[in-house]
Amino acid sequence: MALLLSVLEQGLIYAIMGLGVYITYKILDFPDLTVDGSFPMGAAIACVLITKEVSPLLTLPVCFLAGAFVGMLTGLIHVKLKVRDLLSGIIMMTALYTVNLRIAGKANLPVYQKETIFDNGLINGIFPGVFQTYKTVIVIFVVTMASKFLLDWYLGTRSGLLLRAVGDNDTIVTSLGVDKGLVRIVGLSIANGMVALSGCIFAQQQRFFDISVGTGTVVIGLASVIIGTSLFRKCSLWKVTTSVIAGSLLYKACVALAIRMGLSSSDLKLITAVLFLGILVLGMERKKKVSEC
Amino acid sequence: MLTLEKITKHYNPGSVNEMCLFDGFDFTVEDGEFVSVVGSNGSGKTSLLNLICGSIDTDGGRIVVNGQDITRRQAYVRHRKIGRVYQDPSKGTCPSMTILENMSLADNKGRHYGLRKGINKSRTAHYRELLSQLDLGLEEKLDTRVGDLSGGQRQAMALLMSTMTPIDFLILDEHTAALDPRTAEIIMKLTDRIVREKKVTTIMVTHNLRYALEYGSRLVMLHEGKVIVDRSGEAKKRMDTEEIMAIFNRISVECGN
Repeated sequence: MALLLSVLEQGLIYAIMGLGVYITYKILDFPDLTVDGSFPMGAAIACVLITKEVSPLLTLPVCFLAGAFVGMLTGLIHVKLKVRDLLSGIIMMTALYTVNLRIAGKANLPVYQKETIFDNGLINGIFPGVFQTYKTVIVIFVVTMASKFLLDWYLGTRSGLLLRAVGDNDTIVTSLGVDKGLVRIVGLSIANGMVALSGCIFAQQQRFFDISVGTGTVVIGLASVIIGTSLFRKCSLWKVTTSVIAGSLLYKACVALAIRMGLSSSDLKLITAVLFLGILVLGMERKKKVSEC
Repeated sequence: MLTLEKITKHYNPGSVNEMCLFDGFDFTVEDGEFVSVVGSNGSGKTSLLNLICGSIDTDGGRIVVNGQDITRRQAYVRHRKIGRVYQDPSKGTCPSMTILENMSLADNKGRHYGLRKGINKSRTAHYRELLSQLDLGLEEKLDTRVGDLSGGQRQAMALLMSTMTPIDFLILDEHTAALDPRTAEIIMKLTDRIVREKKVTTIMVTHNLRYALEYGSRLVMLHEGKVIVDRSGEAKKRMDTEEIMAIFNRISVECGN
């Protein structure tokens, strides 16, 4: 039961990050490595704010905006300075490592005994004694679903349609009289905002920030997106975001299972890499079969 | 009115492959004209369109539209008043989006792409009506992904989408070249109808000499960055395929093709 709960919690937290990666990787066709820096940035900011006794609820919008800002920088580097997509992300990821250390002040910042979005007067009041075990997963579920529905709504707006168009065929965006570079920057901002939000919640659930929490974030995000979209590929758009969330949960379940079967947590990155490779190859196989038909 | 004044364009400047395409090129298109541009490969047809649309920069000279100098204007700004259909049918539409979404995107051209709902339900009837004019049955498939349509259907949609909103120019870049002869014929007829209905100034680049003769009010032949034939009105109507073929063959022979 504890295992299931932990998979749900972690899976749902990482699902928000997965939704961000979905925007860059699937919609914009932009392999964005900024994620490895914006996720721990969200965590760092959250822990610093919580240490300063700022209302935990406020950490969510602050982290989103901070993430959106670094996403915008990646976009500006790519669009205005004409640096290749992958390199723009690497540059930002590298820079953010130092920035995150500066924000937190040190490589490890615990926030035990402080109010978090899961542990404060309001939440503890809502959930009576027996439900205390489930309050974390419920709060995460609410935030994740809210993120999903907001993203669904945005993708249905005019601006959202344009975002989908720019990854699909950027010539048409120019034809529509819109600056395609600007659309890309907006997309990267929203994506990294979601990633930082995810990092913010992660830090509050784990009750610490560590400089290494960001390492490999992008791989987890990509794995969630690819598992989600290839397993549930025959879905209309409003369900794609749901598929990504399901993909994230499935991925976390696989990792939890691998550890349960005796692999140690230091093997985690190797498991991640192998899982990811497997998913990619399987995904390609399916694509090939589809195109051969 | 569109005027190109003393346009200079070099490709690969500073390298051994340097090539001067245009050197003091002048060209004027009057309002309401339907200009067909023909010429062999490398004659500058597509470069001409790219210069007008801002897809490539000029090295010298001015481009003036209705008295405004647009030479330094960004491509996307120019496109607000230009509708463009490409040779590649996949360039004029978004393949992973539905017909309805594509129509909505095009319908909003020139307006703000903000946080209003992307699909305006009250416009659906209007889209259906526009699509039904294509006679392809697309009005019944509003929720089909455009990527699942044939090249001809996509090109018809691209044509429709590029002319949905008020534009100063319609630019057709060999837009029938990738289609089979029958579909090309349908698209060409449709083009002619839309141009007549909207009375939009049109520049069409084509390799099909017959289309160039049959459609449009003016015929221009380019060769090595120069206009060598320019006929409009009665003079154009009197031209026949043999005459234009003769000119075309002569310049090709001179080139050693």
